[in-house]
Amino acid sequence: MTAATEQEIICLGCPNGCHLHCTSKKGHAVDVTGNKCDRGVDYGREELLDPKRVVTAVVKTTSSELPYVPVRTTAPLVKPLIPELLHELYQQHVTPPIRSGNPLIENFRNTGVNVIFTRSIAE
Amino acid sequence: MRELEYEAIVIGAGAAGMAAALRIAEGGFRVALVDREDHLGGILMQCIHNGFGLHWFKQELTGPEFAERLAEKVVAAGIDIFLNTTVMDFSVSNGVKTLIACNSEQGVIQFNARAVVLAMGCRERNRGNIGIPGTRPAGIFTAGLAQRLINVDGYVPGKRVVIIGSGDIGLIMARRLSWVGAKVLAVVEILPHPSGITRNIVQCLHDFNIPLYLSHIVSRIEGKDRVEAVTITPLEGGTPEHSKSFRIECDTVLLSVGLIPENELSKKAGVTIGHDTGGPKVDAHLMTSAEGVFACGNVLHVHDLVDFVADESTRCGGYVVDYLRDQIGEEKQGAVTAGANVRYVVPHRYVPGRDTHFSLRSIIVKDRGTLLIKRQGAVIKKKTVQHVKPAEMIYFKMRGSDLPATEGDPAPLEIALE
Amino acid sequence: MKKDVFDVAIIGAGAVGASILRRLSAYDLKLALLEKCTDVCFGVSKANSGIIHAGFHHPVTSLKARLEIRGNLMFDQLQHELGFPFKRVGIIVAAFSYEEMKTVEQLYEQGVANGVPLIEVCGRERLLMLEPKLNPDTVGGLYAPTGGIIEPYRYVFALVESAKQNGAEVKTDFEVVSAKHNDNVYTITSSRKEKIQARHVINSAGLFADEVSAIFGGEVFTITPRKGEEYLLERNAAGFPNHVIFPVPSRVSKGILVIPTVEGTMMVGPTAIEVNDKDDSETSSDNLDKVFAQAMYMIPVISKREIITSFAGSRATMPGNDFYIGISKSAPHFIQVAGIQSPGLTASPAIGEYVKDLLKQDGLRLTEKTDYEPFIPHETCVRELSPAALDEKVKEDPLYGHMVCRCESVSEAEIVEAIRKGHTTLDGIKFYTRAGMGRCQGGFCSYRVMKIIARETGRPIEEITKRGGGSRLLLGKIPVESGARPSPKPKKKSVKYA
Ligand SMILES: Cc1cc2nc3c(=O)[nH]c(=O)nc-3n(C[C@H](O)[C@H](O)[C@H](O)COP(=O)(O)OP(=O)(O)OC[C@H]3O[C@@H](n4cnc5c(N)ncnc54)[C@H](O)[C@@H]3O)c2cc1C
Ligand SMILES: Cc1cc2nc3c(=O)[nH]c(=O)nc-3n(C[C@H](O)[C@H](O)[C@H](O)COP(=O)(O)OP(=O)(O)OC[C@H]3O[C@@H](n4cnc5c(N)ncnc54)[C@H](O)[C@@H]3O)c2cc1C
Ligand code: SF4
Repeated sequence: MTAATEQEIICLGCPNGCHLHCTSKKGHAVDVTGNKCDRGVDYGREELLDPKRVVTAVVKTTSSELPYVPVRTTAPLVKPLIPELLHELYQQHVTPPIRSGNPLIENFRNTGVNVIFTRSIAE
Repeated sequence: MRELEYEAIVIGAGAAGMAAALRIAEGGFRVALVDREDHLGGILMQCIHNGFGLHWFKQELTGPEFAERLAEKVVAAGIDIFLNTTVMDFSVSNGVKTLIACNSEQGVIQFNARAVVLAMGCRERNRGNIGIPGTRPAGIFTAGLAQRLINVDGYVPGKRVVIIGSGDIGLIMARRLSWVGAKVLAVVEILPHPSGITRNIVQCLHDFNIPLYLSHIVSRIEGKDRVEAVTITPLEGGTPEHSKSFRIECDTVLLSVGLIPENELSKKAGVTIGHDTGGPKVDAHLMTSAEGVFACGNVLHVHDLVDFVADESTRCGGYVVDYLRDQIGEEKQGAVTAGANVRYVVPHRYVPGRDTHFSLRSIIVKDRGTLLIKRQGAVIKKKTVQHVKPAEMIYFKMRGSDLPATEGDPAPLEIALE
Repeated sequence: MKKDVFDVAIIGAGAVGASILRRLSAYDLKLALLEKCTDVCFGVSKANSGIIHAGFHHPVTSLKARLEIRGNLMFDQLQHELGFPFKRVGIIVAAFSYEEMKTVEQLYEQGVANGVPLIEVCGRERLLMLEPKLNPDTVGGLYAPTGGIIEPYRYVFALVESAKQNGAEVKTDFEVVSAKHNDNVYTITSSRKEKIQARHVINSAGLFADEVSAIFGGEVFTITPRKGEEYLLERNAAGFPNHVIFPVPSRVSKGILVIPTVEGTMMVGPTAIEVNDKDDSETSSDNLDKVFAQAMYMIPVISKREIITSFAGSRATMPGNDFYIGISKSAPHFIQVAGIQSPGLTASPAIGEYVKDLLKQDGLRLTEKTDYEPFIPHETCVRELSPAALDEKVKEDPLYGHMVCRCESVSEAEIVEAIRKGHTTLDGIKFYTRAGMGRCQGGFCSYRVMKIIARETGRPIEEITKRGGGSRLLLGKIPVESGARPSPKPKKKSVKYA
């Protein structure tokens, strides 16, 4: 009497975009086929149970040459937290020097996800 | 007017130009890298989204990160860099290549070189190129321009947006606009399938519930001063069915309707341009019809992945090194042509017995396709390709051993898809 | 108070108003040019075919024909003084049947009667030699070497600049909405409630001349817009002709033409359709197909793929189809210059002359200025400079070394110059410098130009417009409020149950 859910999703682990065929039972334990590599299995499970996205954005700076600096999360963030993160990023005002790779926010809302700069700006 | 001599000049300091210049410098030659922007990296600096570098750096990066990593190497290699410098003219006479460039500090510079690499990237097609009828108000932007406005300068071009074309830049912009608070009301695509890569369809449209209208066109733009609305019309049997048109009120129209290799300079130097790619026709060494003039990256053909740009351009740099060492032999080259279901293949020539990387674009959409490499009427090699679609370039390597010499001149190679 | 009264106020800063202004600026007069748009030449004078007609299309009895011929002959001197792009490339009318050849002969005779110099009827061979890209099915045609092409906006800008240099005042964003006549002086009020006073008024408001006439209590007439759509093709287009090519005209219009531009691009068009809305500038795909079908019949190698943009303008037509120029019989000291449809551009210098004579007749004293300066300084155009000359220029002003528009090679110095001349919208700068006019249509440079406008005028970049009014380009800074937040729910995928 176990109801199995089947879902076609496209793996976004890499630009290959494998078409994954996912079967889940009782809302967990997901079976994945159609993946070219192991990351596809993880991706399929996560997309079904706990979707996450890498967030990229720009943040205001005090530099006159580059008034905004790009940033990204170091790992995908759970989707419901994205609006909050964006809101927080748009409040920021950072001062150069900025080094690409350095953190702007660490461990956002205890998710273990950091936000780092992705472009360097000299003083 | 100053005159400068180099062994090689690279025009354009995007991913392509940097990768090519690096390889030339590693070969021990004096090379100059010229770009009209104030930074290295070209278009990458405005592509702040992730999805770059998985093949090349084995890590998922954003555009600026990818660019910075290459740029650090370029600077470390001691390459002469000319920024804010526009190349205005290019001519070839008696084997000497002359570039006329200009910047505000040094004025006009004449560069003379033995080899030139064209790496000028591409530009976006615009409204005129696709002829959308209607008025001509403010609020019509190409997607790349909108990207630059938001990602570099923090300006939002509009609040209620309709995007024409489902190319990657447009899709990426749908997400970006949503993330900066604007509302994307529709993406309209003339073809029956999306032009962008799947990842972008999922993450940039599905995530935000943005409707994608396939086989639809924008048949009219309205608005006197600023865009006020667009009319969207479905295509039935290839022709617009006006009775089924609907109207969407919006203040902005973004165009993501394709890229065209930027070859005005190449044409000035008499380089032959291929009608299939819009870029120069190149031989097995990525050399154009003008001897000693090479091309790589988006100026050669439009790529969807920077990793392939870097790869192609590094190889191009290698050929330039061979050329400068007089090691590009007189080997006979055979023609490469696009067969059934293939829009184009680059390069346009090959050398028998030598490993060759081919880039090609499909005309068809297929879950599982087969590449057929044919010569003299026979299939000499087959390859399976997953998820064939026009949006995703197919990139593959043929071993030299699979391409043996033929009797007499090398026979033409035909690459087809089925 | 009386000192502030203008001797003449000219309403409408198109080719016609600007020509009148410039002609009058040679006299000791206080002059004002009033224009409702943000910049001059934003009316029909920017959206036309740019042809300096030779003068064989209209019968000798018409005022049009007289002013057209006279105007045509004035352009060499004008170009010498003002330096706008103008070339006498010649006009060809191509016939494709012997029936059409008969019309060609009539045009020839009309041309001779009008006094068109050097006009000739050509056989097939001669025509194909002149224009090798012509469809070889042609049977012959007409050749008028005095026909030419100009960049109409550069022409109008130069006229206005010259007049300003000689003391005339130009008021843009000044839409005339009402007027009162007291003590021989008109008080003219704008939509923004600005007032000016003038003794003589000239109505050269193009499509709106009927409305302006009503405001002043002048004659009652109706202007009917007849829209023309045109398509611009890129530089080095395959179909670029040596001459302006006309088909044999029908009774209503001159037909679809193939036109080379002075700057090396080319145009095909215009259509001729009566419309209701004077501001209607829409283009449609049906017309695109028609225009190209007709153009390609004359020059088969023309390709739609080379289109870079399209535009439309409307001819200000009046019953009778002739120009209507004269001293008003109902409004005092009010001169009508209405119904100036094609060939208004060609005729404009002659109209300036004609209106000057009318003013004299109307009692205005014309005293020549002793210090009238007909020449304006020549603008530096980077794309026309040799590398060595450009190098010199960069030493003078480093901004010449910074290319802002890649397609048309326009430097920052040229943009700054345009802004200083008062062109502070994207379109104004485009028409003045060509930045944004090339194949990428501003994809590369429009943002750079906006930044320069903001810097030079001290205005926030969000206030910069495409062409004034509500044509703002940027609607906010990050983050904006769209009113409707995108719903964060992911779209449901197809779910199957086993
Ligand atoms: C919006 C967008 C999204 C993308 N997303 C991805 C992605 O997710 N993942 C991925 O891998 N790839 C992506 N790509 C593709 C990849 O980034 C590009 O293909 C690659 O960066 C192109 O490199 P290039 O050097 O050929 O061109 P460009 O970066 O365009 O460089 C060309 C350079 O030449 C210069 N130049 C041109 N003419 C002259 C002249 N006359 N004088 C001086 N300089 C000149 C220009 O200023 C420019 O800097 C994306 C591309 C775009 C546009
Ligand atoms: C498609 C087309 C092609 C053509 N091709 C040619 C050609 O090749 N050769 C040729 O010789 N002629 C051509 N013509 C005709 C030519 O363009 C016109 O005759 C000429 O431009 C008319 O100039 P104008 O100054 O009268 O009108 P406009 O340029 O329209 O100027 C009138 C001005 O008055 C202003 N105005 C209106 N009302 C008010 C008000 N109340 N207050 C203040 N200002 C006001 C308007 O804003 C406008 O700027 C063409 C016309 C069209 C439509
Ligand atoms: S399964 Fe692996 S190879 Fe396929 S898309 Fe996902 S990550 Fe890429």
